[in-house]
Parts: sequence; C-alpha cells; structure tokens
Amino acid sequence: MQVHLKIRRFDPDKDHKSYWQEYDVEVDPMDRILDALNQVKWTQDGTLTYRRSCAHGVCGSDAMLINGRNRLACKVLIRDVGNRLQIEPMRGFNVIKDLVVDMDPFFAKYRAVQPFLINDDPPPEHGERLQSPEERAVYDDTTKCILCGACTSSCPPFWNNPNFLGPAAIVNAHRFIFDSRDHGTTDRLAVLDQREGVWRCRTVFNCVDACPRDIDITKAIGDIKRLVLMQ
Amino acid sequence: MTTKHYHRHDAIIVGAGGAGLYAAIEVAQKTAAELGRKADVAVLSKLYPSRSHTGAAQGGICAALGNLEEDHWEWHMFDTVKGGDYLVDQDAAEILAREAIDAIYDLEHRGLPFNRTPEGKIAQRRFGGHTRNYGEAPVRRACYAADRTGHMILQTLYQQCIKYDVNFFNEFQCLDLLIDDGVVKGVVALDVRRGDLHIFHGKAVLFATGGYGRVFKITSNALASTGDGMALAYRRGVPLEDMEMYQFHPTGIYKMGILLSEAARGEGGILRNKDGERFMERYAPALKDLAPRDMVSRYIYKEVNEGRGIGGQDYVHLDLTHLGKEVIDEKLPDITDFARTYLGIEPITDLIPIQPTAHYAMGGIPTDVDGQVLIDRNKTVLPGFYAAGEVACVSVHGANRLGTNSLVDLVVFGRRGGLHMANYIRHVELAPLPADATDRAEAELARLRDSAGQPGERVAQIRAELQQSMMDLCGVERDEARLTRMSAILRELRERYGHAAISDAGQSFNSDLVEALELGYLLDCAEATVAGALARQESRGAHFREDFPDRDDANWLKHTLAYRGTEGVVLDYKPVTITRFEPKERKY
Repeated sequence: MQVHLKIRRFDPDKDHKSYWQEYDVEVDPMDRILDALNQVKWTQDGTLTYRRSCAHGVCGSDAMLINGRNRLACKVLIRDVGNRLQIEPMRGFNVIKDLVVDMDPFFAKYRAVQPFLINDDPPPEHGERLQSPEERAVYDDTTKCILCGACTSSCPPFWNNPNFLGPAAIVNAHRFIFDSRDHGTTDRLAVLDQREGVWRCRTVFNCVDACPRDIDITKAIGDIKRLVLMQ
Repeated sequence: MTTKHYHRHDAIIVGAGGAGLYAAIEVAQKTAAELGRKADVAVLSKLYPSRSHTGAAQGGICAALGNLEEDHWEWHMFDTVKGGDYLVDQDAAEILAREAIDAIYDLEHRGLPFNRTPEGKIAQRRFGGHTRNYGEAPVRRACYAADRTGHMILQTLYQQCIKYDVNFFNEFQCLDLLIDDGVVKGVVALDVRRGDLHIFHGKAVLFATGGYGRVFKITSNALASTGDGMALAYRRGVPLEDMEMYQFHPTGIYKMGILLSEAARGEGGILRNKDGERFMERYAPALKDLAPRDMVSRYIYKEVNEGRGIGGQDYVHLDLTHLGKEVIDEKLPDITDFARTYLGIEPITDLIPIQPTAHYAMGGIPTDVDGQVLIDRNKTVLPGFYAAGEVACVSVHGANRLGTNSLVDLVVFGRRGGLHMANYIRHVELAPLPADATDRAEAELARLRDSAGQPGERVAQIRAELQQSMMDLCGVERDEARLTRMSAILRELRERYGHAAISDAGQSFNSDLVEALELGYLLDCAEATVAGALARQESRGAHFREDFPDRDDANWLKHTLAYRGTEGVVLDYKPVTITRFEPKERKY
C-alpha cells in the first residue's frame, strides 16, 4: 500500500528553522513505521536522520511524535496508524537534526535520582541477598523502563518547566525505593520531595499513554508522593 | 576541514554493552579501592549505552547455583564443550562455568532484579543444551529476570557505571585502531553529533563492540550490529578466529527475524510442522525442543526442505498454547508482547510462525582467558589490546553457543579483561603516538564525504545485496558451489563499495556517513566468514556443509585464523585446548 509521510526536517548546518518535507513510500501494512523511514532514507533521501537500533521496541532509540503521539517508531505498524503519517521529533528537547533530539538533559535528570542500588551492608559472602517473590513483584513494573523519553517529552508540566525531573527519572527512582534490598530512600526522597520533583506532576496521564512498555507511571509517581507524605 | 581533538586516558574501552560496561566497572572500582582515586578510563560508544544490544537478550544467564536442583560447574562446563561441538577451548569453558557462579551473585549484589524462588533465592529454569549429569536430562540452570534478562543486566551495569562516575563518550563512532611499534596506543573516533575527529591516546584499548548480524537479511540483531571492532582489528593485521561459526537461532518471528527467546521452549513450548507433529522428538529424543540451537535450526530447514513447512512454506510453528495464561503472562511477557505487536496474534491461543534468524557470532577477535588479544597460532599477545563479549573469541563457545552462555560470557570475561587491563595500565608507560595516527581515518572520511551528492551507487543497495546473498549462500546450509559464488559476489560488492556515494554532505549527525562506514565493516566480516566456511570441509556446530555433512576431528579439530591479505583472505589454524572432555559424537 502507498503511504504518505510528512516529516519535520532540520539541518543545523544549513537551516534557521525546521520545515516539513513530504514523501511517498510503498509498504506492507505489517511493516513498522521505522521500516517506512528506512525506505525513505535508503531509496529516496539519504539525509533523513533519526536514531534507531534494535528495531523491536527494547532499546528505546526511536521515540518520536507519530501522528501527534509519542511512540517508538519500531513498535508501531503501518496498519495501526493508516496511510497518512506525520512524524516529528519529541517535544521539550532541543532538536539536533531532523528527528534526533538532545537527550543529555534527560539523562542528567536520571542520574540525579542516584539510579543504582544503595546498600552499604556487606553482601553475603557466598550467595545472593534474599528477596521473596512478593517483594520482587512490588517494583517489577518500574524495572521495565528503557529510558526512551516518550513519557517525559509528552508531559505538559515538563513542557512548561524544563527543570521538572520528569516521569522517567521518577520511575527509575521508584524502582530502587521499592526494592527491598535498597537503603537509599532518604537520599532519593530529598531530591524527589521538591517542587521540581514529584510535586510538579499534575496527574495528566500523558506519560502512561506514551509509555511503550506500559508502565503505570502516574501510579508510581503517586506511590512516591504518598511515601513522602507519610514520612 | 575536520576539527581534531586529542584525549589522553589510561584505559580506553570501545563499546558499552555488558562486557564493556563490566570492564569499565572493574577498572573504576579496582582503581578506587587500591589507589584511592578515580580511574582514568574512557568508554566510547556508537550508541547511548542503554541502547546497546545486550538489552535485547531475553532468556537468561546461567550458572550452576543449584538453587532448585542439584547442579555442578563441571556439568555446565561439559554442556558448553559439547554444545560447542568440541571446538571450545576447555580451559576457557572451565573458567566460564566456575566463575559464572560468583558472577551471578555479583550481579545480584549490584541490584539485578532476578526472579526468585519461594525461599527468596535466585530462580532458575531449564534452557537448551543445559543438562544434569553430563547430558542425562535438562537441568534448571538459567537465572532470569522475566524474559528481559539482558535489559536488566544492561540497566544494572549502566547504573553501576553512574555510581562509579565512569567517563562516557556517547555516539562516538570508532574509525581506527592505532598499533605502532607492536603495541596498541589508542583509537581514532568520529563524534557523530558534531562531525569532529577525536584521537584517544592511551595505554590499553578494550574492544567490546558486539557482533555483525546485519550481514544477513533475517537477523535478530540491532541495526547497529555491524561488526565494527572485528573489522577495525582485521584491517590492522589482527586475525579473526572461527568466523565461519555463525549461529542461527531457531525461533525468529517469520520474515522479521525478531527473536522469540529459547525461554519459551524452556517453559515447555513446542515446535510443530504442518502436520502438527512435534518433529524435534524424531531428531533429538532426549532433549527434543531443548536441543542446542544449531541443531534445531538445521532440523527446521530439513522439515521445510522436505515439504513439511506450514502451508508448504518456509516456516514452522511455535506452540505455547498448552502453557496456560499464567505461565505466559508471568514468565514470558515480552515474547507475548512481540507476537501481539508484530503478528497480531495471541500466543495463549494461536500458533506462532517462526523461522531461523541470524543471531550470534561465536567467532571474532582471538583472546586468551584474560581478554588479551592473540595475533597468531602461537598465541602471541598484542600488548595493550583486549577484547571481550561477542566481538571476542576466547574460544568459549566453539562452533555453537548455548543459550544463556553469552550473558555469562560478557560478565565473566568482561570482568577478567577489565581486571587484567587495570593491572596492566599501572605498570606501563604511555607510548607516543605515531605521527600519522589520523591519516587512515581521515582518508576514509574524506573519500566518503567527497562522494556526497556525486553520482554513485547507494550504500543501501549494496548492503541489501550483501544481506540477501549471505542469507542464501552462507547461511544455515552451505556447500562449495554456494560459498564460491559468495566469494565472487563479495569481490564485486567491495568494488562497488569503493565507488558508492552518500547523499548527506553535512557535518552534524551524519548517519548516512555512519551507515556507509558500517557497510565497510560488514564487508570485512563477511569476507572472513566466507573464507573460513569455504575452507572448512566438515560440518561442526553451526557450520553445516551439505557436501561434507560429517564432523572430521582428524583434519578439522582446530581453530581458523583469517588474516586480511593483499589478494584476499589468508588462512591459518591453531589447536583447540582440550583438558577434561575428549571429543565424542554429539547426540542429544
């Protein structure tokens, strides 16, 4: 089937502003949006630039705005969106080129919540720290985050306040706060219990819609708000 | 005019997947503990680290913990050796099996969220080729985090790198390895975002750049898996070992190559032909669908060739319908997601169409058990050069890799490489760079940049032909005629590559330029693979010759070393290290 693509372009070496460019491709309904982009790049316009790697929704490289929604280009099929596609870079991040945005501030916020196990007790000499299946289940959801940025870049409070930690950073803090082996809750809550921490969340739920891993993000942010209030 | 930047670091690691990150953590932690200061290590990655292909690994990471049933590292070692069809260097296999145990505990101590037993210990499940008591029956050896073990390992290791404040250079494409006076001195890389050239001058370089699945049309590998490290080493005179040993994983989504983990069969999934028959029962009576991957892939091809593919076509079915919703949702959630997303089917009730997909390179840059690169049949070390992970050939996987052994390979040998490198850099002086350090990289960049907008063939066209012909002529089933034809095609493709033109003339984030560089790496990897396959007149593990269908230990119990010559590939061979297990017939 024929699909018409309208893609937002920007070349930092040449352009002052971004603009639309349109292409037509012949694809199969079961092809991914990424396959359509590849077809443009590989047969029509080699300058079209986007990040991609795994091509099956696990690495998080190709999050972009597709027909107004943040999706992973490799996880959406043509048949799910139809034959007219509008593709743009994610909002709220500076555009480097075409669909490639500057993810450095996003990763800086991730680092700000100390996203690593904090436990200064010596681990067992032989063997694992024990954790029951029930304890493991508590934080299972937030272990799924692939740091694609779809959530944070679909969040209106983030658009208004770029200093907001954002859903992704908070999700990754949650993953450790609710891991029975972690002892860093106090340190992390100090970062999260701030105006630009969890309290910037207005429960819009755009993040939940955007998350390609179906993480219950707003609930996770709520869990932390509750924890702060109960302290 | 390309701006050049100079960096000086003691240790330079290229690649930020499991092996590269673990090596970085070891260098960082050891330096902090013993010298009380931050390690001087730089990690270069063509992707943001969390995008690395380690994150796509699904099924598990194995070790003889014995948490659910009796297990011993000796059994694991045997399974690895037999699984590799006796091409495995057994000293390496012993280290893998022994050190896997501590490696798993180390990962857990760093926070890896393994699935747990009711008692709170790390849960383990069955996996292809892993047995108790030297082949008696399947054993529960694979530790796992749902079916996204690789994702969890990659995340955990990246998090630890953040904890130890490791220095990253993200979206840097490595262009050249600097060897001078018989010693490795650094690398040259392109900052993809800005288009500038960077020289990294150091005492040691570790390559952890992964595999080259993108040389084949149907592959489980990421688009970034283009054999960069293997090609760069090969171009500088380092041989590539056992490249003809390339594994096709039996269960990729039909036509897409997307991996459906072996864990599905570990939980009880069954392969069925057009008659609904569990055909693996005929071919491997003891292990059936949990026979090693190379065998299952060949038998799928056999069923298809003999007309028993579904609808007479080139695929079979994976049947999970008898596992029940609970098992599927809890133990195989990601695989289920793939089937739903990409096929629109429901594994709880529908059969899944699958075909073998190019998956893993057993071969690569030869190393010893400490990750030091060896450049000839006498195992001569190239000082300052290390390799770990899929890019390396220790050889711990021989002619075929068992599932869950790759993640443990990354951890065990990534750590060992890091540790050895951390010691090495303390005892050597920094050697000066050659005057022409950037010449080769600059020439290659100039040729490609100058081609932008000029008439010339598209890189994508050449690449597509490479991928299709490698799939047809150097895939699961090989013979002399096909491999000879493939050699000729490669010569032609290389010639055409020399005259190809890119479209993007830009400095900033030129992915057109990067894809052109990557095609060069793929051609090098393909060349070494085809040469090794054509020369090896036997069938062993993943290398199957229809014209030489039997294993021939008398003549071929040896490792291939492929050197880039001026007139084509030059082959040499080195012996296999055999310690505990004499080669026997490989039956399951």
